[in-house]
Amino acid sequence: MANTTAAMSANSAVTLPKRPNPVMTFVRQQPMGAVSFVVICAMMFAGLFPQFVAPYNPLDIDFSSLLAAPSWDHWFGTDAYGRDIFSRIIYGSRTALVIGFASSALGSSIGAVLGIASAYFGGRIDNWIQRFVDVLLAFPIIVLALVVVAALRKTVVYGVDVNLIIAIAIPILPRVARVVRAAALSVNVMPYIDAARAAGYSDTRIIFRHMAPNVVAPFLIMFTAFIAQAILLEASLSFLGLGVTEPTAAWGLMLSGNAADFYREAPWMVIFPGVAISLAVFAFNLFGDSLRDYLDPRFKT
Amino acid sequence: MEAQIQTKSRAAQSSVPLLAVEDLHVQFETSRGTVRAVQGISYTVNRGEVVAIVGESGCGKSVSALTMMRLLAKTGRVTQGRILLEGRNLLELTDDEMRAVRGHEISMIFQEPMTSLNPVLTIGMQIMEPLLIHLKMTEEQALVRALELMQQVGITDGERRLSQYPHQLSGGMRQRVMIAIGLACKPKLIIADEPTTALDVTIQAQILELMKNLSRELGIALVIITHNLGIVARYADRVNVMYAANIIEKGTADDIFLKPAHPYTNGLMRSVPRLDEPRGTKLQTIEGLPPDLRMPPAGCRFAPRCPHRIEKCSQPISLIGIGAGHEARCHRVDEIASGKLKVEFPGGGAVNSQAQIGSAPILEVSGLKKYFGVKAAGAGFFSSEMATVRAVDDVSFSIAQGETLGLVGESGCGKTTVGRVVLRLDEATDGSIKFNGTDVTHHSGREMRGLRRKIQVIFQDPYSSLNPRMTVGEIIAEPLKVYGIVPEKKARNDRVGELLSQVGLFPYMAERYPHELSGGQRQRVGIARALALEPSLIVCDEPVSALDVSIQGQVINLLEDLQARLGLTYLFIAHDLAVVRHISDRVAVMYLGKIMELADRDEIYKRPLHPYTKALLDAAPIPDPRVEKARAPRALRGEIPSPLTPPSGCVFHTRCPIALDVCKQSVPPVRELKTSHLVACHRAEEIMEGKVLQGA
Repeated sequence: MANTTAAMSANSAVTLPKRPNPVMTFVRQQPMGAVSFVVICAMMFAGLFPQFVAPYNPLDIDFSSLLAAPSWDHWFGTDAYGRDIFSRIIYGSRTALVIGFASSALGSSIGAVLGIASAYFGGRIDNWIQRFVDVLLAFPIIVLALVVVAALRKTVVYGVDVNLIIAIAIPILPRVARVVRAAALSVNVMPYIDAARAAGYSDTRIIFRHMAPNVVAPFLIMFTAFIAQAILLEASLSFLGLGVTEPTAAWGLMLSGNAADFYREAPWMVIFPGVAISLAVFAFNLFGDSLRDYLDPRFKT
Repeated sequence: MEAQIQTKSRAAQSSVPLLAVEDLHVQFETSRGTVRAVQGISYTVNRGEVVAIVGESGCGKSVSALTMMRLLAKTGRVTQGRILLEGRNLLELTDDEMRAVRGHEISMIFQEPMTSLNPVLTIGMQIMEPLLIHLKMTEEQALVRALELMQQVGITDGERRLSQYPHQLSGGMRQRVMIAIGLACKPKLIIADEPTTALDVTIQAQILELMKNLSRELGIALVIITHNLGIVARYADRVNVMYAANIIEKGTADDIFLKPAHPYTNGLMRSVPRLDEPRGTKLQTIEGLPPDLRMPPAGCRFAPRCPHRIEKCSQPISLIGIGAGHEARCHRVDEIASGKLKVEFPGGGAVNSQAQIGSAPILEVSGLKKYFGVKAAGAGFFSSEMATVRAVDDVSFSIAQGETLGLVGESGCGKTTVGRVVLRLDEATDGSIKFNGTDVTHHSGREMRGLRRKIQVIFQDPYSSLNPRMTVGEIIAEPLKVYGIVPEKKARNDRVGELLSQVGLFPYMAERYPHELSGGQRQRVGIARALALEPSLIVCDEPVSALDVSIQGQVINLLEDLQARLGLTYLFIAHDLAVVRHISDRVAVMYLGKIMELADRDEIYKRPLHPYTKALLDAAPIPDPRVEKARAPRALRGEIPSPLTPPSGCVFHTRCPIALDVCKQSVPPVRELKTSHLVACHRAEEIMEGKVLQGA
């Protein structure tokens, strides 16, 4: 009887405790999640207002300090064109966040809906969705993204290539669909889904109101993991000349290009963008984990 | 001379009990505080004796058993007390010494025979394992002993079974295997933790009979841990009743059942519907919930729920002797024992004016069939050979407005499938379902929408039938919103509060999540959800079988009250004969997808015309040792056949004590032998006239 309500006997009225502030509860229950959230917020701030954070213009070429080592003038050093690496990382966080976040959100959401629908309807619909997923899964991530990005070309809206987002979202979609379908299958046989059917609710309502919240745990893990993947994928596409192009500041680009030629003499050229990517990936994963625990009412006291 | 010495040593031995638990305290450290799961329990078990420990979930009965085996979870700690096996304190043994005790001197049988056998090892391997390890037998010796053990526990074709895997055996067979493993090293003591809870009524009787006989023949002491008072009456010599981490009453079976001294023991017995009692009265119920073991009440732990509490009950209390070996932990025990104080619980009395039973049937089911296709056993990987499971095979019945029809049968008899098809959660293979005169068997989704409001459902498991991500309020408000019954939010919240009060909860509970409620409270939420749509028919699928005994009575009373107040009609599906008898107007008995007998409640329980109904009634335990000991040992032989390959003719003939050749050849038609007494048996007339199965 480790039940919280066990002490409260059914015939003694108890006043409802005040709902505590959700932010404070999150910080108290998930300290690591709060730390990662601060990192993500810092990254977002840097992405939104880079001009207030970055000491230099990321595109300014300074031939007087090519490949300068980290110093008080250039915290993270400079690259082969004398551009300030710290400033480029700050500006690069916008690219990373927009592409990573948007494409992972797009791919994971569609994948989740497909996965749940597949589990809920079963039979022929399940079969069709899963075969479609099989086709997508048959291509390696990078190849599939390449095909899509080559077929769609560039469509720039507010300085962001929408088609690049779609290209990265499509390989994410089948992977999320698979995992979410597995989780949804076990939810689908729960009596509360039968109860919803017996109450005559529409399929849409059952899928979104009753099933989706119960597969949120695997969804959040996949979603945050794929933000990291998307950032890497964007970097790879950029390296191949199909994603973000020079001279735009992007973390992936900073790792590729002529960094490969100079990393022995100027290791800061790869270390700092690498750290930035790792930090972002780590922060998103950690935040996803804590959010999952926080959102599960069963973990609440 | 030798004989003399033997007697002497036996006498010396018997002065020391085989097992003595002394003042045992166990606590668990959890993130929410220290749970004192067992607080100062003491009891003894003598050689060859059957001792029962009875209590509801969370009372500490299983923890005390696990402590004996030193199998507590890591968070659990024994803070005080001793467990003496023949004078040796088990709590002080080293791990190696303890390993030699487990399985060798004490063995344990668990509740779930499905999960306590390893699925990837053969039965033979699992029976031989303790022999090889503890007795250092050779493979050949172990094999011989394994076959002998299988024989002892009533597995006839042992040699074939040895090479089988657990999934190839039925639940009853698996429990027999568990017992064989328990017996393997000739232990002095077997601890059985809810050994028959997961089994069907007829199988339960077989297993208990077997355990009792083995204990008598081999002189093994048996500790049975259970929540079911009924099974204890027949088999236990002595009974310990536990409540909230304490033993609150101990005594012989006769003491406990005939002269219960503690109000809780009284309450437990009153809140269970019984087969041998007149009905038409409401169950007495113990109100409220057991205390939180992190902060139990300082005085008598039962006081908050006790109808006879007095001021003194807030003082601590220990066991007080009444008679030889009969003790109870109650301040008023003298008054109760001397008969000055009669223990009464709320409830009781006549059932509120029975709802009017209309003449027009609200639900008519005729010739209903539901077949499932499954991949045939032995079909290859690429083969699409299918086998058919006839879950429901030609079932017909009707329910009148305001009536309760009980549908009773063992697991796999198809009773739940009938409910699901009526709810249209599954499509019928054949037959028709008429609701209020309209054929709804093949209604499309849209046509069903209006109908859904009128047919609702209450599920068995209150843990999984509520969406864990929604608050209680959201769960109950949803149908009101979706159907636009109460479109306005404010009014909807009021209606939710009203519904919650109707099922005996409080409006403020709307803010809680299901996991914050107890099992009984969750089941009430499930009932409120069903009521929200103002249905006329509710399918109750085992609505109380997952609940504790004292809570069961509360929910049954609630269902009866609601029926009287709202004029509801119930299709009440259950395996518990006593519960079905208590709540139903008419009862249908199902076996392997067919209805065997359908009649008025009193008629079917007093004068059953089908041998299966008779067997079910005989197998159901009655919580009264006098009645139980007077009954002949009864155990329906055999197992329920697989619905994949049902027997020819009458499906019951393989287990029927009076089967004739004709039963193997032709399917007995359902005949109305007496007014509204339907039975499907070739020999029903003979049973009616008392020519066969007399007093069996």
